[in-house]
Amino acid sequence: MNKKEKVVFLKEKAKELRKTALTMIHGAQSGHPGGSLSAADFMAALYFDELNIRPEEPRWIDRDRFVLSKGHVCPILYSALALREYFPYETIFTLRKQGSILQGHPDMKVCPGVDISTGSLGQGFSTAVGMAIAAKRDGRDYRVFCLVGDGECDEGQIWEAVMTAVKYKLDNLILIVDNNNLQNDNTCDVVMPTGDLKKKFEAFGCEAMGIDGHAMEEIVDAFDKVRNSKNGIPKVIVGKCVKGKGVSFMENVVMWHGMAPNDEQFKQALTEVEAMV
Amino acid sequence: MKGRATREAYGEEILALGKENPNIYVIDADIGKSCKTVEFAEVLPKQHVNVGIAEQNACGVAAGLATCGKIPFVTTYAIFGSMRMSEQIRQEVCYPKLNVKIACSHGGLTPANDGASHQAIEDMGILRTIPNMTVIMPGDYFSAKKLIRAAAEFNGPVYLRFTRDAIPYIYDENASFKIGKAVQLKEGKDVAIIANGDILSRAVAAAEELEAEGISVRLLDMHTIKPLDVEAVKKCIDEIGFIVTVEDHNILNGLGSAVCEVVAEMGSGRVKRIGIQDQFGESAPYEYLLEKNGISVKNIVASAKDLIH
Repeated sequence: MNKKEKVVFLKEKAKELRKTALTMIHGAQSGHPGGSLSAADFMAALYFDELNIRPEEPRWIDRDRFVLSKGHVCPILYSALALREYFPYETIFTLRKQGSILQGHPDMKVCPGVDISTGSLGQGFSTAVGMAIAAKRDGRDYRVFCLVGDGECDEGQIWEAVMTAVKYKLDNLILIVDNNNLQNDNTCDVVMPTGDLKKKFEAFGCEAMGIDGHAMEEIVDAFDKVRNSKNGIPKVIVGKCVKGKGVSFMENVVMWHGMAPNDEQFKQALTEVEAMV
Repeated sequence: MKGRATREAYGEEILALGKENPNIYVIDADIGKSCKTVEFAEVLPKQHVNVGIAEQNACGVAAGLATCGKIPFVTTYAIFGSMRMSEQIRQEVCYPKLNVKIACSHGGLTPANDGASHQAIEDMGILRTIPNMTVIMPGDYFSAKKLIRAAAEFNGPVYLRFTRDAIPYIYDENASFKIGKAVQLKEGKDVAIIANGDILSRAVAAAEELEAEGISVRLLDMHTIKPLDVEAVKKCIDEIGFIVTVEDHNILNGLGSAVCEVVAEMGSGRVKRIGIQDQFGESAPYEYLLEKNGISVKNIVASAKDLIH
């Protein structure tokens, strides 16, 4: 597959992820669609191209790790895991239901493919740092990818973890920031302005780049650029994203952070995602 | 008084464990000197991580390491280990049931002259209410060594609480310990004293005084408060009926509370809890702080007599 074909393929996968996540949240009548749609393009590129994983062997020791630090957007992770056949696709209809492996926030004990349980913001990134240290100390080549939100960067622990990543020269750690400028209560600019995140991470000693988090070409290029880096510097990809991306009435609307669509909205959302170019 | 601090036992035993098993890691948060992990860091740098003054991050890093097969011991003061990172312990260690140990020095009132900000009087209670957590406080240097080793061999989250000051030897190096199983130091029939940690030696002294006055004492070292040795407590209730608990912790939600839960469910027996009287400490000598809270040999003896009569 050449790069152009890859981009077309991954865009198609991103659509499937969006539709699956919406279906899941609609089925549960609960969950977080805004951030799930925001992260969909990164997740498609990770799970259908970049991550070195074996769905048939979820705990394979040399797998690349993925940490969803913003655990509330797990519908998009579950979509990727379902489509990569970590579990039967129909499982998506059990989201947030009693006894389900698809808990409201990811639970590594019950859901294959989940590398760490998350849900309380700011904490996942520290675990990713621990995993990356383990890889280095054990001389293993796996990498650790971690997805955080821009709102999540309000948490001081994010910056504690960044300092540790820089100190221990974790060039096998790739932090992706879903920079959609919306958080639970309002825009990030209003709730807690984080300023230029790329510059902030650079100031902490990371190698940071800013890209359009919905332009698949740019995502693929970014992953190409950081792949197999041995320069001793942690990588940060700040993706300019749109919360609710692909569904007109959800895009940039704070309310859709954590609300499920009704039947009519769901139908319209699927139609709009299908029409994405 | 001949003895050593349990934090020194930690420093020695964690180094020995680390030499035996390359998966044993120590995660420090800039107080390795006080927590006795400096030698570990020097001798085993590849098994050591110092995250700086960032306890919340320390806990998360440990959780990540544990998912990769390491056995990390997060090392800090009890106050920071139990409170500063309690949600991280809950979310990233206990919920996924990862093999992380939280090993804390300066438990209870022992950081005496540091004042209330550094005295951990709530830690055992906080930790024992988190599912999947095991909570241990050794009563002397030798038992600390054995229990640290037992914690390393146990697969799952463990909170270990050590003390700053030297405390008397109660055991010798041949004593054996099992997590969750109380040690009966003395058999008796009139009153039971259940204690743990740095206060255990006072309970021993009190038991001797009571015996001298003709009162027969059963003395238990309840080094593990979770899982509590419920059978040992029930036996005290059935066979004796009177229990004095002694601990360097708030009387709320520590050893005394744990024992009272069993007594209440049994529907018989009487308990007197000796511990910190739900008040903050202050900068003062350790002895003064204990006296102020009635954690003294004298008060243990008096409480035992009150119960019986």
